[in-house]
Amino acid sequence: MQPLLEVKNLCVEFAMRSQVLRALRDVSFTIGKGERLGLVGESGAGKTLTGFSILNLISKPGYISGGSILFEGRDLAELTIEQIRDIRGNRISMIFQDPMMTLNPVLTIRTQMVETIKAHQKISDKEAEKIALDKLQRVYIPSPEKRLDQYPHELSGGMRQRIVIAISLLTNPGLIIADEPTTALDVTIQAEIMDLLLELCRDEDMGLLLITHDLAVVSEVTQKIAVMYAGRIVEMGPTRDVVDHPEHPYTRGLIAALPQSCDQGQRLLQIPGIMPSLANLPSGCSFHPRCELCQDICKREVPVLETKASGRHVACFMVK
Amino acid sequence: MAEQTNDTPLLQVRNVTKHFDISGGLLDQLKWKEGKMRRVRTLVKAVNGVTFRILPGETLSVVGESGCGKSTLGRAIMRIHRPTSGEVIYRGKRVDNLSSHDMKPYRRKMQMVFQDPYASLNPRMTVRQILEEPVRFHNPGMSRDEVKEHVLHTLKQVGLDPDWNNQFPHEFSGGQRQRISIARALVLDPEFIVADEPIAALDVSIQAQILNLLMDMQQKRDLTYLFISHDLSVVEHISTRVAVMYLGHLCEVAPVKEIFNNPKHPYTQALLSAIPRLGGKKKSHIRLGGDVPTPINLPSGCVFHGRCRFADERCRQEMPPIVEHATGRVACHAVEEERI
Ligand SMILES: Nc1ncnc2c1ncn2[C@@H]1O[C@H](COP(=O)(O)OP(=O)(O)OP(=O)(O)O)[C@@H](O)[C@H]1O
Ligand SMILES: Nc1ncnc2c1ncn2[C@@H]1O[C@H](COP(=O)(O)OP(=O)(O)OP(=O)(O)O)[C@@H](O)[C@H]1O
Ligand code: SF4
Ligand code: SF4
Ligand SMILES: [Mg+2]
Ligand SMILES: [Mg+2]
Repeated sequence: MQPLLEVKNLCVEFAMRSQVLRALRDVSFTIGKGERLGLVGESGAGKTLTGFSILNLISKPGYISGGSILFEGRDLAELTIEQIRDIRGNRISMIFQDPMMTLNPVLTIRTQMVETIKAHQKISDKEAEKIALDKLQRVYIPSPEKRLDQYPHELSGGMRQRIVIAISLLTNPGLIIADEPTTALDVTIQAEIMDLLLELCRDEDMGLLLITHDLAVVSEVTQKIAVMYAGRIVEMGPTRDVVDHPEHPYTRGLIAALPQSCDQGQRLLQIPGIMPSLANLPSGCSFHPRCELCQDICKREVPVLETKASGRHVACFMVK
Repeated sequence: MAEQTNDTPLLQVRNVTKHFDISGGLLDQLKWKEGKMRRVRTLVKAVNGVTFRILPGETLSVVGESGCGKSTLGRAIMRIHRPTSGEVIYRGKRVDNLSSHDMKPYRRKMQMVFQDPYASLNPRMTVRQILEEPVRFHNPGMSRDEVKEHVLHTLKQVGLDPDWNNQFPHEFSGGQRQRISIARALVLDPEFIVADEPIAALDVSIQAQILNLLMDMQQKRDLTYLFISHDLSVVEHISTRVAVMYLGHLCEVAPVKEIFNNPKHPYTQALLSAIPRLGGKKKSHIRLGGDVPTPINLPSGCVFHGRCRFADERCRQEMPPIVEHATGRVACHAVEEERI
C-alpha cells in the first residue's frame, strides 16, 4: 500500500553570499495513514526545515535542491502554487510552537474559524459556525460558545494552542505537522495537549509528524522515530526499540545524557563538543569530531542511512 | 547531592511576600465603586507568605507552572527585589533590610545564574573583563596578577579555554556562554547560588554538560543551591529537596525521593503525573480542570481550589496553613483531614 507521505532524498540548500549551505541532505522517511512519526534532534538539526519543505514554505535564500515529496500519491514539488495551497491547510495542517503564528490577534475566534472553513467549503455562516463549535468541543475547550466571541489575547497559552488544533481539524486533514507544539507550555498543559493530539490521530486516522527536541514526549506519543543530526537522519525505527536500544552513537549519546538514564545525583554522560554549524560541516560523517567510535573512514566518507542487521535504519559505518 | 554537613540552616526564608504594584498613574487608578470615586491599586501578588530553609550543601529545587512566582522568589532572596514583607536570614543574620553598603559582603556570598546567558552578559565586555570586574570590586586589595590568576583558575574549573579570554560573549555557543555566567558567579567564591532555569535554553547534550558542571562545583566548593526549573526530570536528578509552588504559595516541601514517590498535595500529584517518561507507555495524567487564575485576583481559601479534585467548602473559605509532617510540609486541608 502506498504511504500517506513519502519523503525521498530531500535536500534543501541556502544560497548565501559566500557559499551554499546544505541544510538538509538526503532526508527520507514515510508516514502511513494514521501513523505517528517523531522527528527529534537538537537545535539547528533541520527539523523545522523538514516540516516546512513538506508544505513548501521554504523561502529565499532557501530552496529545495533535490528529492521528492509524495503526498497521497502526488509529488508536491511538481504542483502549482494553487494546488499546493489547496493541499496545505486542507489535507495537511500545521501547528507551530507559537499559536500566534496561526491566530490573527485582531479577529475573534469565530471570524477566524468561519473564514477558514469557508475558504475550503461553500457553506453558510451558520453551518460553518456549527462546524467550528463542534471542533472546539472536540478539543475539550470549556464553554466553547463563549470562546467564539473572544480574541486570542484573552486566552491562556494552552487554550490558544487548543484553538489552533481545533482550526487545524476544520478541514479534516490526513496529516498534521506539529512543530514543538507544547515547548512553550507548562508540563501539565503539555500532557493534556499531547493526550489530545494522540486521541485525535487515533480517532480520525490522521498521520502525525511530531517535531520536538523532547525524546520523552516523542516516546509517549509516536510509533516511529527519526533522529536528525546536522541536516541528516542518522537513525530511524520503531520508537520503543530506538529508545531502548539506540544504535547510532549520536542517539546513544543523546539518550545517555538524559537524567532518567542514570542514578539520582550521579554525573550525567555527556557528548563532548557541540553540533557543527552548516558553514563548517566536518568532512565525512558530520558527527565524527564528537564520536568515540570514529575511524579513518568516518572522516573521509559519508555514511548513508541503510537497513542494518537488526532491521533498524542507521547511518554509521560502525553499526553492522 | 552533597552530604548535609550540619543542621543550622544557611538560608531561612520567613513568610516572604512580594507584590508588584502595576496600578500605573493616578488617573488609571481612579475607579467608580459603590457610588463613589475611589483610588484602586492593582497588585500582582507574585509571592505570598513563603517560608522555608536551606541547609548547607543542599540543593533545594523550586518547581511550579509558569508565573507561579519562582523567579520572583529567587530575586527577592537575592535582593534584586526588596520583599514586600517577611524576612530573609543568611547564616543567622537578617539581610532583606540591609542597606546596599551593608549588603556588600553578602553579595559575594550569594550569587545568581540566569536562564538566558546572553542577556545577562555585557556584550561589550570581553570574557576577561566580565570576570575581573567583580573580583576587583569585592577585593580592592588584590594585585593585578592575583586577580588575573584567580580568573584563570575559575575559567579552567568551568572548562573554558583561558585562551578565549579576550573574546566577546557573542563569539560563544549557548553552552559556553552559560559556562561564562557560571564562572562569573563562582569567581567570588560564593557559598550560595540561585540558579534560575540555568539549562532551559540549552540542547540536551549541552544540558548534561552544564548540569555536570553545577554538580562538580557543588562538590568541589561545598556550594548550596536554590535551583529553579520547570524540567522535573532534571529536578529529580539533582535535588536534595523540592519545593512546589502554585500561584505564589508554597504547596509542599519534601525530600526529593519523597516528593517523587509519594506526592501528597493534589497539585504536586497532578504536576508529577504529567512528566513525560522516556520509553514509557502513555500513562493517564491527572487532568486539572479550569484555567490558572491570575495573581491579581487570588481565589479565596486555598488558591488551588478551582482546579482541585478534592476541594470542598472549607477549601473555598479557608486558606490551608502549611503543616509539618514526618517527611515534609504540606498545605492542604484534605491531607490534614486525612481525606487523601
Ligand atoms: N533563512 C535561513 N538562512 C540560512 N540558514 C538557515 C535559514 N533558516 C534556517 N537555516 C539553517 O538551517 C538549519 C536547520 O534549521 P531548522 O530551523 O530546521 O532547525 P531545527 O532543527 O528546527 O532547530 P530548533 O530546534 O532550534 O527549532 C539551521 O542550521 C539554520 O541555521
Ligand atoms: N517586575 C514585575 N512587575 C510586575 N509583575 C511582575 C514582575 N515580575 C514578575 N511579575 C509577575 O509576577 C508573577 C510571577 O512571575 P515570576 O516571573 O516570578 O514567575 P515564574 O514562576 O518565574 O514563571 P516562569 O516559569 O515563566 O519563569 C507573574 O504573574 C508575573 O507576571
Ligand atoms: S560513521 Fe563513524 S563517526 Fe559517524 S557516527 Fe558512525 S562511528 Fe561515529
Ligand atoms: S486545600 Fe482543598 S482545594 Fe486546596 S489542595 Fe487541598 S483539597 Fe485541594
Ligand atoms: Mg525548529
Ligand atoms: Mg521564571
